[in-house]
Parts: sequence; structure tokens; C-alpha cells
Amino acid sequence: MTPMQEVEQLIKNNIEDAHVEVSDLTGTMDHLNIFVASDIFKGKMLIDQHQIIMDILKEDLKDKIHAVKIKTMTKEKYQNL
Amino acid sequence: MDQNNPFKILNEDGATKEIKPADVTGELKERIESVINSDQLVLFMKGNEHFPQCGFSANTVAILKHIGAKFSTFDILQDMDIRQGLKEYSNWPTFPQLYFKGKLVGGNDIITEMYESGDLKDLVNS
Repeated sequence: MTPMQEVEQLIKNNIEDAHVEVSDLTGTMDHLNIFVASDIFKGKMLIDQHQIIMDILKEDLKDKIHAVKIKTMTKEKYQNL
Repeated sequence: MDQNNPFKILNEDGATKEIKPADVTGELKERIESVINSDQLVLFMKGNEHFPQCGFSANTVAILKHIGAKFSTFDILQDMDIRQGLKEYSNWPTFPQLYFKGKLVGGNDIITEMYESGDLKDLVNS
């Protein structure tokens, strides 16, 4: 599994309804662009939404991943994009 | 630390100094909270609003100025204890960090997204 696939799986394991897209920002597989749509974000401030993802990735961020760019939204917003 | 060395900040590698959540207590915690609550909007950044030392900090300052927000800044490059302590205090690993009424709003990505959606202006005017 690539780091991108690992991160996608990790997020899906923690957030049941998550739609997850992970891409490699730099070609080095340690700067990742992460998109997550889920209903658990409903009514939460962006900071809290991002913190949920950061918490899930906490261990990986210590060594495997250097930096992440996160975008989160509710499923409802995602479906109306 | 050599008090006579004007470059002491640049020579000190903040990343090697570890402060754990349990360490952010007592005097450091009080100091962090007094800065966070010193104004309605407080931006912890690298440099200051006139001379930002990092592109992300500069971008956040530009956004705040553009929406006409009144804010205070704190230069984390001048204070290694606050720099490391705040990361643990708020469980947020990077700077800049913007606080509104004592609560973390976000870093540059979030501020930019909230600026584009209009949510940031609504928040600071609330």
C-alpha cells in the first residue's frame, strides 16, 4: 500500500461514511493533499473538522508524513458541488 | 543562551525542544492564556504584521487587513516557550494560528477558506 492508500484506509476506518481522496502533493509521498466528505462534520467549525482528521493521522504525522493540506465538508455540500 | 547574541533566535532550533501537553501548565499556561485573551482577535505568527517572516503568516495578515479586522499579533519567533507550548495547548502543530475570543479559529488554510466563503467576516463582526 502507498502512504496515500494507507491514509485513505485509516480515515475510512475511523469515519464510517467518509468519502476520502488523497493525493501526493510533491511526488515524495510525504506531503499529502487530503479531501474528506462526511456527515460527522455537520454543524462543526472548520477548525474542529480539521482537528478530527489531524487526530486520526497523529501517529503517521510524527514520522511517515511531513505535511498535509486538508479540505473537509459535509456530504450534503459535497453532493451539491 | 547568550543574551548578547542578537541572532540567538535564529541559532536556536525550536524543533528539537520538546514540550509535552503535561508541561503546558502553571506559568506557561497562564502566559499563553493571557496572550490569547489580550484582544478579541490575536494572531500568533512568524514576525509581525509589518514584517511577516513567513508566506503563510503574511497571507493571513493580508486577509485580516482586507476585511478591516482589528487584531493584535504575537511573534512566536521571539518566544520559544510560547511557540512550542501553544502547539500542545491547542493541539495544532503549525503557525500562524488565529484566536477569536480565546478560541482557535484556524491556520492559514482555514482562514483562507473562511475568507473566501465570507464566514471569516461574519465571525469577526459577531
